[in-house]
Amino acid sequence: MTTSLIAFIYRVINLCNKEMLAVLKDPANRVILIVPPLLQSLLFGYAANFDLTDVPYVVLDQSSTESSRTLLDRVDGTGVFHRVATLHSSAEIERFIGNGEALIALHFPSDFEERLSSGDTAPLQLIVDGRNSATGNSAVGYVRSIVAGFNQCLNPETAVSVEVEARSWFNPNLETRWIIMPAMIAGLSMIQTMMLSALSVAREREQGTFDQLLVTPHTPFEILISKAIPPIIIGLVQSTLVLVVTRYWFHIPMSGSVGTLYAGLLMFTIASVGVGLSISALSANMHQAMLYTFVLIMPLMLLSGLATPVANMPDLLQTLTYANPLRFAIHLVRAVYLEGAQLGDVWRDMVPLMLIAIVTLPLAAWLFRHRLI
Amino acid sequence: MNQAAACVSATALCKAFEDKKARTQVDALKSIELNIPTGSLTALVGPDGAGKTTLLRLMAGLMKASSGSLQVLGFDVSADPQSVQDRISYMPQRFGLYEDLSVQENLDLYADLHGVPQAERQERYQRLLHMTDLARFTDRLAGKLSGGMKQKLGLACTLVRSPELLLLDEPTVGVDPLSRRELWEIIQQLIDDEQLSVIVSTSYLDEASRCDRVYVLHGGEMLAQGTPDQLRCEADDCAFLAVPAEGKPPRELQARLLDAQEQIVDAVPQGGGVRFVTQRDVDRSALEALLDGAHCQPLESDLEDGFMVLLRRRLGPVEANPEAFEGDGDGRNDEVVIEVRDLVRKFGDFTAVASTSFDVRRGEIFGLLGPNGAGKTTTFRMLCGLLPSSSGSLQVAGVNLRTASASARKRIGYVSQKFSLYANLTVLENLRFFGGAYGLRGRALKQRIGAMLDQFDLRGQEKTPSGQLPGGFKQRLAMAAGLIHEPEILFLDEPTSGADPLARRAFWRRITALAEGGTTIVITTHFMEEAEYCDRILIQDAGKRLAIGTPQQVRELVDEQGGNLSMEDTFIGIVERNRQPEKGAA
Repeated sequence: MTTSLIAFIYRVINLCNKEMLAVLKDPANRVILIVPPLLQSLLFGYAANFDLTDVPYVVLDQSSTESSRTLLDRVDGTGVFHRVATLHSSAEIERFIGNGEALIALHFPSDFEERLSSGDTAPLQLIVDGRNSATGNSAVGYVRSIVAGFNQCLNPETAVSVEVEARSWFNPNLETRWIIMPAMIAGLSMIQTMMLSALSVAREREQGTFDQLLVTPHTPFEILISKAIPPIIIGLVQSTLVLVVTRYWFHIPMSGSVGTLYAGLLMFTIASVGVGLSISALSANMHQAMLYTFVLIMPLMLLSGLATPVANMPDLLQTLTYANPLRFAIHLVRAVYLEGAQLGDVWRDMVPLMLIAIVTLPLAAWLFRHRLI
Repeated sequence: MNQAAACVSATALCKAFEDKKARTQVDALKSIELNIPTGSLTALVGPDGAGKTTLLRLMAGLMKASSGSLQVLGFDVSADPQSVQDRISYMPQRFGLYEDLSVQENLDLYADLHGVPQAERQERYQRLLHMTDLARFTDRLAGKLSGGMKQKLGLACTLVRSPELLLLDEPTVGVDPLSRRELWEIIQQLIDDEQLSVIVSTSYLDEASRCDRVYVLHGGEMLAQGTPDQLRCEADDCAFLAVPAEGKPPRELQARLLDAQEQIVDAVPQGGGVRFVTQRDVDRSALEALLDGAHCQPLESDLEDGFMVLLRRRLGPVEANPEAFEGDGDGRNDEVVIEVRDLVRKFGDFTAVASTSFDVRRGEIFGLLGPNGAGKTTTFRMLCGLLPSSSGSLQVAGVNLRTASASARKRIGYVSQKFSLYANLTVLENLRFFGGAYGLRGRALKQRIGAMLDQFDLRGQEKTPSGQLPGGFKQRLAMAAGLIHEPEILFLDEPTSGADPLARRAFWRRITALAEGGTTIVITTHFMEEAEYCDRILIQDAGKRLAIGTPQQVRELVDEQGGNLSMEDTFIGIVERNRQPEKGAA
């Protein structure tokens, strides 16, 4: 029993070795595997992030006092903000923000000056167009720093005087990048693991090497394992790249444990490799495999909750998302990364991933020998 | 010769390819002198890597010569390739048919590409479809045509406009004898009807002997040129046929003769005997010893004999390595190792293999012969367990490989039709992988890899990615990978397709040595003369078994006198006899 186990392990290592060589010996492949995930993660991180060069804003100054004017002078003095209009009622704010003429609105309440002089905290209401979340977010940050400077001059001893109350319209949670980047840890690597595994059997079928492999004493199970392991490893390496970018380039703090995150990612990568290999075993050539994968990846992305929350989708589509490994992976990664969820908290995401792998991997192995020609 | 009448003329034509990585330069053509008259049929022959394709591509203006001049149809190709291309048609080795388009759509597409006027098309199509006998298949997808039909369609697409010069690069590779004959009839008809000049490269010397003029290339140099008759004369008075004593297989004599390079230029089995060409200064007594009492008679030399004399003179003795194969096997016995009974394979309502039965015995060389689409490859794939049968039974080494445990596959080796090793892995990595796949490891693996490198002459290429190997090396590497685990049974699917005569001799020398060592060999081939190396052959057509037996027995089916009818004529005779009633009924 042990000798046959050792022989089995040797054969699997031999096969894996071949698969790795086949992938990595291609110089084009080597670049494709490293550069796009890096580029894409930076791209996604910045894509929604415009430079603050010209921020149109409106003012509703109901106090109309010395302090509010000084503060407004400071805002205008930056050269970044330019005032589109000075308003007279809060109803007008709705119009300017609603039709996109202004990105932010500053609202000084009528008791602004009174509160300041009485040593109280004076609220400055800031309304942001949340649909343009990244720019809006930066604008809020900028206004906050202007107010902080203003406070410093006004009253160096007590820290608090004017307090910015930012409210975002249309998108109450402005932290796009915090939402997007953790999802990318799963999403970006899926594209390539799926493509890589989808091409692996199809490439061998097209080049005729698959027949050569099938006449060796390798069992479909061994072939399956060795076809799965290299893309799994590559997928995890890619996830790691995106994770590093997220954590250390964009400085998004991670709440959960690395162990839990990788346990989830591993399960997810196995599931997507299972999907990829099934596509591959079904395809007659690389061309077909590539097409099938492209056709599949788009809805997988859309129905994953990456851009739009699953809960907002129509019921039918919500049901469809249950077959989508990415839906569970994104939920899992966000929960672990942002909320610090433990393994026990994410089993609802792990089990479906496991089920997807249990269906697709044996299906792929069976298709190796039984594909109808 | 009048310069104006020449359709292609070259002076001191050279072409070098640079390998940037290795910083080396490969001379594909060295100072070629050519003068091909208009309206003639010209053949370029030579071993793999001789420069045939390069020369054709230069003529077609697809690449530029390194130096020298080349005139085609009176134009300087390097200065004005477009004018040349407007007047010629070129059919590359792998013609670019669109497999997902129908026959008609392919023709339309090429007619559009070449700007053939609409008015001329119908007449042209009709003529081409009639010539190629494809009129019945205009709606069929090109990808669903047999190999021979694809080549014919390729030729038809090349000829949608009437060129002044037609360049064909190995048009008959992988095409069965029947389709090959048909292709040549088309070419001949074109020359007769349209006064076309045709230049064709080929590795079949019987094709070259139909041509007006033959150019023999080797390693980029022009080795010889002349009419087929002139070249044939190189081997005059040196060609003989020896028939071994009753009961002795001719291939033993053939192997013995081929190995004696001091005396013998070439030896191939033919018509139950061995055709051989001696050196001019052959030592008579040494020859007698080699023949060992076999009956010997002189023959008229043919172009292939002349070609072999030219090549051998050029190459000197070639190192063959047959000893390495002498295994511990007890050779042949009557044990049946492959048993096939009423095997049927259907794809939908199409029957690829119809109720076929045969046995193969240990140590036999068993040949599967048939035209394209006859069911050879399907039979093969079923034997190797790659395809389930629709009905019937088959046993290979006592089991059905489709259902048997994976370890049973250790007993067979398989070399598929097209090169199918990992192209970006090196020679060594491929061997290591396949060795490992068969459970070899450690010292045993190392030793087998070493043995394979020696036997198949792969030393010095260990680090080369297998996809970059020259054709002959690829084929040897595929054999090495298939034999690394010393299988009992070796399946070879058209291993010699596209190989030149020299490579084929060396290949068969290895195969006969393997069979002597006790390995059973099942092989498919398009080269009918290679059937002579087999102990027994099976001829299939349209999935049916037409004939089975020793080459001699099969020959006698066609020619009762059992004379020395060539295997190709025998094959065509059998296939046509079988097709006749069908056509009559239709």
